[in-house]
Amino acid sequence: MDIKDVENLAQLARIELAPEEKQQLLQDMDGILDYVKQISEVKVEESKNDFALHNTWREDASQTREFSKELIMEQFPDSQDGFLKVKKIL
Amino acid sequence: MIDLRNLTIEKAHEAFKKGEFTCLQLAEEYLKVIKQKNQELNAYLEVFEDIKAQAQEAQNKFKDGTATAMTGIPLAIKDNILFEGHIASAGSKILGNYKASYDATVIKDLKKAGVIIIGRTNMDEFAMGSSTQTSAYGVTRNPLDPTRVPGGSSGGSAAAVAGDMALIALGTETCGSVREPSAFCGLVGLKPTYGALSRHGIIAMGNSLDQVSPFGKNVRDVEIVFEALSRYDPEDSTSVPEQMRSTISSKKENGATIGVPWHLFKEGVDPIVMNNFKESMKTLEKAGYKVVDIELPTSKYSLAAYYIIMPAEVSTNLSRFDGIRYGLHQDGANLMEVYKKTRGEGFGREARRRILLGTYVLSHGYYDAYYNKAIQVREKIKQEVVDAFNKVDLIATPTVPFTPFKIGEKMDDPVAMYLCDIFSAPANLSGVPSIALPSGFTEAGLPLSIQFMAPHFQEKSLFEVGKKFEQIK
Repeated sequence: MDIKDVENLAQLARIELAPEEKQQLLQDMDGILDYVKQISEVKVEESKNDFALHNTWREDASQTREFSKELIMEQFPDSQDGFLKVKKIL
Repeated sequence: MIDLRNLTIEKAHEAFKKGEFTCLQLAEEYLKVIKQKNQELNAYLEVFEDIKAQAQEAQNKFKDGTATAMTGIPLAIKDNILFEGHIASAGSKILGNYKASYDATVIKDLKKAGVIIIGRTNMDEFAMGSSTQTSAYGVTRNPLDPTRVPGGSSGGSAAAVAGDMALIALGTETCGSVREPSAFCGLVGLKPTYGALSRHGIIAMGNSLDQVSPFGKNVRDVEIVFEALSRYDPEDSTSVPEQMRSTISSKKENGATIGVPWHLFKEGVDPIVMNNFKESMKTLEKAGYKVVDIELPTSKYSLAAYYIIMPAEVSTNLSRFDGIRYGLHQDGANLMEVYKKTRGEGFGREARRRILLGTYVLSHGYYDAYYNKAIQVREKIKQEVVDAFNKVDLIATPTVPFTPFKIGEKMDDPVAMYLCDIFSAPANLSGVPSIALPSGFTEAGLPLSIQFMAPHFQEKSLFEVGKKFEQIK
């Protein structure tokens, strides 16, 4: 990994980083990746991908919820006529 | 004066019934202690203002005969559990002003039982840490020795119970975040089976690992909380339906054989912790338990697999905090700038570190080597743990490899901090329940702890061995 990788990851993750922090993060990531890469030693059977997990579905029907609309709306950083307002997207 | 130190849920319940003290009087005793201690310990981020009203409702339940075991019991909640109308910041600046717009399922159940929710407790930011030092709202100190950490990430909840600022508390575990602070504060902490308690309304860190987990001063208190909150919740798609719980339960009822994977802690464990663990096993043997050596060869990779799977889930989960709908908002020239400034400003160092790490292990070219491999390793670890339970009823290890460390320690070395949870990871990765039990003190007066794991949905075996150990230790 180099500083360019850190910058690219920060861009993908939408996080602004100060220049000195990039260096620190690079160092931390190297240390952590060095620790976690030991899992490459483990032999696993390639085919076993059915992890006994299954999706839980529910009927696609409308249901009432107890969410407080007022509490949700009063937390909008910016709003107009009861709608959430965001910056221009296109 | 109520003897808070020796108070249990059952004793408080009896006292309420006999009218020795009221729900409000008990809550006020705790508030007095909070006033004395919280400034130094920083266990609570906020003490709620509606305690009187909550106490009144609880008292009414005693009057009209609808009171249950938990009615009127003062409880603290970790700052990542949603309680409608109250702030839930997850220890982060990015949610500093976020007010929950609904109740978590566990809060709904607590309210129904008439539990008094005293306040929200400090935690590592988004539950990322093992010492409650990464919170945006300052460190929490250990009530047993304020120069030391209380453990984490649920350190505020642990300090609240250990400091007699609440009778019981809820934390959450992703990897040891309740058992490790229990060990550091001399408490009992239970990580229930994954899917036993609802995660609906819990601010997620690692969805496939997170579980609401109770703290108490004794096994029975923790058992009562577990029984009150363990149920199927249709709002949580990973909640396990009741009929499946009975079929996965093991047939054996008494935890007679304890397996110890000695090879996992040949090195890296403080000799004081090691000796205490050996002594504890001897004590259990004398009481009639059979202690046998077992092998869990892949479990030594647990923490490494965890530090791939968890950041991957973190980077996905925390993408929702973008400054648009709630929480911190930093303005910028365009939408991209709003995201980047808000997230750069709002997330602390550890959160940023894990988001980037997760983004890396999920990115094209690294996905197979890291994330996919970690998932396969996790499955192998789980299989080994499940297989071990064909031979033994319980698995025992020390809870933490060392005793509580000083405030400020390990903050510059992420991997050293991560190693606090080396013995926690197998239970979280495999989903089995695990309990941390106080097992004595060092000469310097620091608490020691051992932990047991049991098969899926066999919490009962953990309570049994825990109660036995309380009597004989």
